[in-house]
Order: sequence, then structure tokens, then C-alpha cells
Amino acid sequence: MTKSSRFERMKDLPSAHLLGAGTAMCAGCGGLEAVKEVYDVLGKKTVFVNAAGCMTLSAVYPFTPFQGSWLYTAMASAPAGAQGVRDALDILKAKGRITDDDDLDVVVLTGDGSAYGMGLSATSGAIERNLDFLYLCYDNEGYGNTGQQTSGATPTGARTSTSTLGFTGDKKDLFSIWAAHDPAYVATVIASEPLDLARKIEKAAGLKGPRLILALSPCPTGWDYDPKDTVAIGHLAVKTGIWPLKEYIDGKITHTRIPHPRVPVEEYLKLQGRFKHLFEPKRDDATIADIQAHVDAYWAEVDREDG
Amino acid sequence: MTRLLLTGNAAAAWGARLAGAEYFPVFPITPQTEIIETLGQWIDTGEMEGRMVTLDSEHSMITAAGAAAAAGVRTFTATSSQGLLYGMEMLYTVAGWRVPLVMVNVSRGLSAPITLEPDHNDILAARDSGCLILHAATCQETVDALLLATRIAEDQRVRLPVIVNLDGFYLSFTREPVTLPDASLVNRFLPDLDPGDYAFRAEKPVSEAVAVLGGGPYSYFRYEMHLASQAGATVFDEAVGDFQAIFGRAYEQVQTYRSDDADVVFVQMGSFATKAQDAVDRLREDGVKVGLVRPFLIRPWPGAALRAALGGKSAVVVMDQNLSMGMGGVLHSEVASVLYGHADMPPILMSAVGGLGGRDIVYDEYAALAHQALDAAKTGECPPPRLLYTENELREMRKFQAIAAVEALDEKEDGS
Repeated sequence: MTKSSRFERMKDLPSAHLLGAGTAMCAGCGGLEAVKEVYDVLGKKTVFVNAAGCMTLSAVYPFTPFQGSWLYTAMASAPAGAQGVRDALDILKAKGRITDDDDLDVVVLTGDGSAYGMGLSATSGAIERNLDFLYLCYDNEGYGNTGQQTSGATPTGARTSTSTLGFTGDKKDLFSIWAAHDPAYVATVIASEPLDLARKIEKAAGLKGPRLILALSPCPTGWDYDPKDTVAIGHLAVKTGIWPLKEYIDGKITHTRIPHPRVPVEEYLKLQGRFKHLFEPKRDDATIADIQAHVDAYWAEVDREDG
Repeated sequence: MTRLLLTGNAAAAWGARLAGAEYFPVFPITPQTEIIETLGQWIDTGEMEGRMVTLDSEHSMITAAGAAAAAGVRTFTATSSQGLLYGMEMLYTVAGWRVPLVMVNVSRGLSAPITLEPDHNDILAARDSGCLILHAATCQETVDALLLATRIAEDQRVRLPVIVNLDGFYLSFTREPVTLPDASLVNRFLPDLDPGDYAFRAEKPVSEAVAVLGGGPYSYFRYEMHLASQAGATVFDEAVGDFQAIFGRAYEQVQTYRSDDADVVFVQMGSFATKAQDAVDRLREDGVKVGLVRPFLIRPWPGAALRAALGGKSAVVVMDQNLSMGMGGVLHSEVASVLYGHADMPPILMSAVGGLGGRDIVYDEYAALAHQALDAAKTGECPPPRLLYTENELREMRKFQAIAAVEALDEKEDGS
């Protein structure tokens, strides 16, 4: 039984947006789109605690696109910053030095470089302490702000500036790592599916405890494609089954969208320059088949578990 | 007036308690752990109000501490050595946030080789961070320094973190009689924290620690921090004045001992300076006019106070319990930097490095240095810097090396 959402149809989504324009993000940034959609649902009674990454450049003195508060920390420790702010607000409330109206929701904002790597210890600690916060990772599958080097989120075969022949490892399964901590909520989202995203953020906002959101964030500069294709690539990420939309709540994983039939992964890969070497000058059937097999195995397991 | 026998660590915990800290993000590390254990027990038994949270690292700990301070809560934390360095990025960062955080560092030598006993390379690695630093030499000073630190950190002219440093083992685990400041008087010295514009509130959104582009804004904010740190010297003087009026104990930026009429003066910081104090007494019995100058305020560096204390002396011996590899003693160069170019400054400024990793500095070494300084004052030639080490220590080390067979292997590789 899911509670009814105020987002039944696309037309229920907010038409006026809270996040200001004119940030330093690249044209077609899938991460910024996700932040914008998340912010519309969460509202401005929030403090964004940021880790080093692309979004650090969204607030550059003396400007900010946020109507609420902001605290930049460092690359590894944004969840610890959230802990300090949350605890302080709780102390101030308990002692009557601020009112409930002055309270804020604490939101960690990090990229995958932090979330999958050096920020993982701080994140794990925040979850184990049952910190009441929302964590948003915009995952562009590489150290994007420094020119797309390989990160813990880089997928098999992707060319990065430090894996010029294509990354030979696998993308880390951060969703499962988070879920293994049994937090209040974990979900994957993508900005090109705004209704699914809005419902999940709405659900997360209504819960207490650690709530973690992983947003695949197509990146024109890092993934090497035309900025106008961000939404199309986002749609294909879901339709190919490469980016499963799912949530973890009360010990159970639910897929919120099951692509059927699944589009072959190469439709997703071939739109992006980072996978071009898989098609030109000579088609790399083995790697493409490997990526497809990985996706097929994932969904076969989902089918098996769903009975 | 309550008088207790306290370790340096317990004194630090009492200081934080009396200062009214209400939030304690922590992480254990030897030799400071007793501080957070003491605070945790008080909170658990209800003796003290407060919230303690154990973070996953010192890096996270300092982040949480800075963030809570930025939200307007009086926050205390403590670390040592590797922990201070592990959190170093955040030490610089929270100083840039301009938050009034108070922290204790219990000094311990840095790895490698990993060790437990003290020297000052850890705290001196924080000297450029923007944090103010007070270095206590006794348990009494530790308690008092925490009240002073809280007042200075929260002063609107400063608004920077303050670190109170004490030496591991020699002070952290040494019991001394301590007169606890009367809790009912603390509020006269230390008003409630006024967060001013520094707070996160729904009705008053703020952006803190945003990025800057270009050197102009960056330099502006960094210069502001420097000027605020320097203003800390004035704020320190006001605070110690009020402290003396309320609690009766006097402090100065630079503590002096029998130095007024001295020809030769040792400069040394921390609890090992009490060894120098003892050496001064014994040398004075032999008619050698020596004294001790001990900086209590390390940041801002008390240049004027050092000139006042050292001006007119024949020779100064800076005892550094730290080593800047390839350069030498850190305090030696810092002392030189504030003396050079001023009238009537001592012509001889000797450097001795000792006490690394808790190595003792004995009377004979102070005596030899004092006599060498007197000779140097006559000849006008400053002797080269000394790394204190005795023949006996070297003999013991050779035994260790024989057991470790390091020498034998080296010889085989040489083919000799």
C-alpha cells in the first residue's frame, strides 16, 4: 500500500521553480536538473550541506541559486556537516532558543566522486547514527568537475580522462551499500523521469532518519554528447534497464519502473562519445555484450525475486 | 573554591564543562581519549547537560563541530597528533567559516615512526590554519585556558576556533592540584554565546562558506582572518584581565620566569618548559643569571610581548620540541622573525631541538646550553643549532640496531 501522492500526473509537478537560474553549471547538466526538481519538492526550509563537486560552483560569492541556506564543507565530510547542523538545531529547539518554525531540513548534496569514494565513511557513519537527513548524490559517473576522471561510479567500458581506453572495472553498487545499512529510505532517480523523482522525494521528505537519493546525472561534457540529448539519454538509461528506478524501504526493494521490453544497451551507449570506441573504428562486440549481459543478469534476478 | 587533584585530561574536561559547552562531536585517540570519556560519563550520569556524538574520523569530527558552531551552539572537541593531521583539512576549513569552536589538542609525536609520547610537530602543523592556539604547561592552566579560549573564540572581533594545547603523557596523565573556577562566577566571565549573524534559521537563510572565484575576494577573506587572529592578542589581554579580577589568577601572552635580570634566557613552550624552570633555579644557585620565557599564546604569535621579554638580553636559547625537516626548530625561526631588525635585541639566538617523542631534556643539557650561550655572548659568534642526544642514548640505539640487524644488512648490501 503506497500512500497517495500529490504528484499523480505530470501536470501536478510544480510549474514555478525555486532554484535560481544563472549558475555556473554546464548547458544540459543532468545533475542541476535533478537538484532543481528535488528542491521544488523539498522547499526552501532547507540547508544544503555540500561536498566538493560540480555543484559547489552553484553558489559563488556573492550569488546563490538557493532561497534557503547553504554550507559548503569539503569533499569527504558533508554528512558530518549535516550531523553538526542537525544536532545543533535539535539542541537549540530543546532549549527553546529557536522555534519549530525556525527548524530546517538538512540536505547533503554531493557528487559521485564523494559519495562512492572518500565520502563513504562519513555517509556510513551518519546512517549508523540514524541521522535525520536527506542525502542527494548527483551521479555523473566520474570526477566531473575536474574533467571526468574515473571514479567509483564509472561504468564498464566508459572512456574517461584517466581511462582513455575505456574503464575495465565495474560501477560500484552504491544503492546496495547504502541499503545494507538499513536506513529509512534509499531510492534511485533520474531528472528525465520527473514524476517518479517527485514522488520519491515527497516520500523521503515525509520520513525521519537517513534518506538517501541516488540521481543518475547525464553529463554532456563528461559523457561527450550534445547538451540537447540529456533527456533522451536519461530516457534510454531507464528503457535499457541500465539505470533501474527503485526504492528501498522497510527492508524491501521495489522497482518503480520495470522497462519492458528493454531497449538494447547499445542504443544508450552509442549516443555518448565516452562509449564511441566500442563502435568505431571497429565494433567491440565483446564489451557491448558484456554490458548487455550485466544488465540482463540484473533484471533476471529482479524477476526471480519478484517470483 | 573547589580544589581537586586532576590529570591534564580531566582538567581539560572540567574546562569544557565549566565553559558551558553543550555539543561534543568526538573521536578517540591516545592520549586525549580520557577527555571525551570523562565528558561522556558526566553526560550519561546527568552531572552535565550535553550531547555527545562519536563520528567516523577526526575529519568528520571537526566538520560536525564546525557545522554545529556555525549553527549557533557552543561546541567542544578534542584530538591528538595523527587525529589533528587527519582532520587538518577541516581545521583550515572551519577557521575559514569563522566559527567560535574550542578544541583541545593533546600533543603526541607524529608518525612515522608511530609513537605515543609528545612533541609539538602536531600542533605546529596547525599554526597557519587560522585557529588561535594557547599552550598550557600545567593542569591549572589547562582548565583556565579553556575558559579563556571560549571567551576569545566567541568575541565578535575574533570569531575563530581556538585550540588549547597540552602535552601528552607528561601533562595529560599527570595529576596536579587544580583550583576549579567557581561555576557560579563563570557567567560573569563568559556570557552566553551570541551567534549574531552566524546561524541557520528557516526565517533567515544564509549561505556560508560559498566558493569565490579570483584572488581578490579570496585575499580579502584570508586577510580578514589574519587581522581577526591578530585582534585576538588584544582580546586575550582583556580576557586575562577580567579572568584575574574574577578568579584571581593572572596570565600573560608570554609567561616569564626569573628573566627580568637574566643574561641568558631560554624560550620554550608547554609542560617541558617546567624542566627549564627547574634548570633556571639550579643554575641561579650557581650564580648563572638565566631565565625562562614561555609563550602561552602561540597564535596570534605574540611578537611585541616576546620583544619586551627578550630585549636587552645577551643571549637567547630557543628550545624546540619539534623539528621542521631541513630547516630546524620552528620556534627558533618564529622568535627570530619578531626580533630581527628591532633595536636592542639579543645578538645571540641559539637553537636546540629536544624532547622529540617524549625524550627527556635533562638539567645537564640546559646547563651546557646556558654556559655555551654565555660564551657565545662574549665572542659574538652564535653556535650552530643542536640536536640534543646523549652518548648513552646512542649506545642504547646501537644495541637496538644490532637486535634489528639493520647494520648487518646494510653492510651486506654494500658488499663490505
